[in-house]
Amino acid sequence: MEQIFNIFVKSIFINNMIFAYFLGMCSYLAVSKTVKTSFGLGIAVIFVLGITVPVNYLIENYLLKEGALAWLSPALADVDLEFLSFIMFIAVIASMVQLLEMIVEKFAPALYASLGIFLPLIAVNCAILGGALFMQEREYASIAEATSFAIGSGIGWFLAIIGIAAIREKIRYSNVPAPLRGLGITFIITGLMGIAFMSFMGIKL
Amino acid sequence: MSELFSSKNLKLLTNPLNDNNPITVQVLGICSALAVTVKLEPAVVMTFSVMAVLAAANVVIAALRNTIPNRIRIIVQLVIIAALVILVDQILKAFLYDVSKQLSVFVGLIITNCILMGRLEAFAMGNKPWPAFLDGIGNAAGYGIILVIIAFFRELLGSGTIWYYPIVEKLGLYKIGYENNGLMILPPMALIVVGIIIWVQRSKNKILLESN
Repeated sequence: MEQIFNIFVKSIFINNMIFAYFLGMCSYLAVSKTVKTSFGLGIAVIFVLGITVPVNYLIENYLLKEGALAWLSPALADVDLEFLSFIMFIAVIASMVQLLEMIVEKFAPALYASLGIFLPLIAVNCAILGGALFMQEREYASIAEATSFAIGSGIGWFLAIIGIAAIREKIRYSNVPAPLRGLGITFIITGLMGIAFMSFMGIKL
Repeated sequence: MSELFSSKNLKLLTNPLNDNNPITVQVLGICSALAVTVKLEPAVVMTFSVMAVLAAANVVIAALRNTIPNRIRIIVQLVIIAALVILVDQILKAFLYDVSKQLSVFVGLIITNCILMGRLEAFAMGNKPWPAFLDGIGNAAGYGIILVIIAFFRELLGSGTIWYYPIVEKLGLYKIGYENNGLMILPPMALIVVGIIIWVQRSKNKILLESN
């Protein structure tokens, strides 16, 4: 239990998706113009990460890993399908996003109206595939750990995009040098936010 | 032959280097650009991996563009990209194992590298294979240039080396009190270096200025 909480806090602050690994930067830069839309995208990312990483965890551990097929028959114990993981993960993500879109549209039209346009975008957000690949690389011991990592990373991403959107809303009123306006200053602010987030690095959990 | 390299086609190669750079203008492929630029070597390997995948994917999609049903095109594109990325990943693991360890998940992340989806959607879906091939090479080169510039400064200022050659030590700067700037190795500085590159590029190239 303690371990799960540790992973959760770590993935929000210390291994923040944006500030430590730069995952999902493209949508982070493109959508962070206002707080309202970033809020929608952030929630959608938490949602999709929280669903796809556990599913990919099961696929990784019961289908792809070396010896993972042993539960089917002992003859398959030394089959290693690891090289298929990219194509499996992305297929899972793309289909889960599609499925999620349909479910949300059917059962929560209000949520769909606010998330709608972002859901398809998320299929190609590197934070989602990155979550699956980090889960694979770090070899979490149980599905609960993988889930807490996924939700934590999603919340970390959410906090980052809300932060930058709030700053960008304010910076509109300041006099930024013309060549730096827009993209340039956003990069530099993200860098500074990253330095601030680095203060979490020394924390041992 | 001259037809193949007409001025229109050459523009496809040169435009992404500056006016339409994938990183600083189209805002595509930022994630990997920042993460693999601590040293020059991984940056160059990453550039060539992206170039191989992007050119090949562009050609395949351009060749298939009239047969792909519009509704499922994203999944088709992803599957083609994923297959190509698996090839690149296996080749790297076989021949450049150390670099492939350094790149860690970022080779896999070429799949969701926005440059790929962006170019496939914006260009390959509407053009013939040969221009699409040039567009792929050009965009990957534009991506590579930025990567190499960032990696050059981060490696030089952060570790005092250029492609593992200890230039600062050879010049004897450590003896007179020069210190490496450890901050350059850490992730946030990559963002600030890109910010500065954008600043320099836009002050030279006024068309790219944004109003806000």
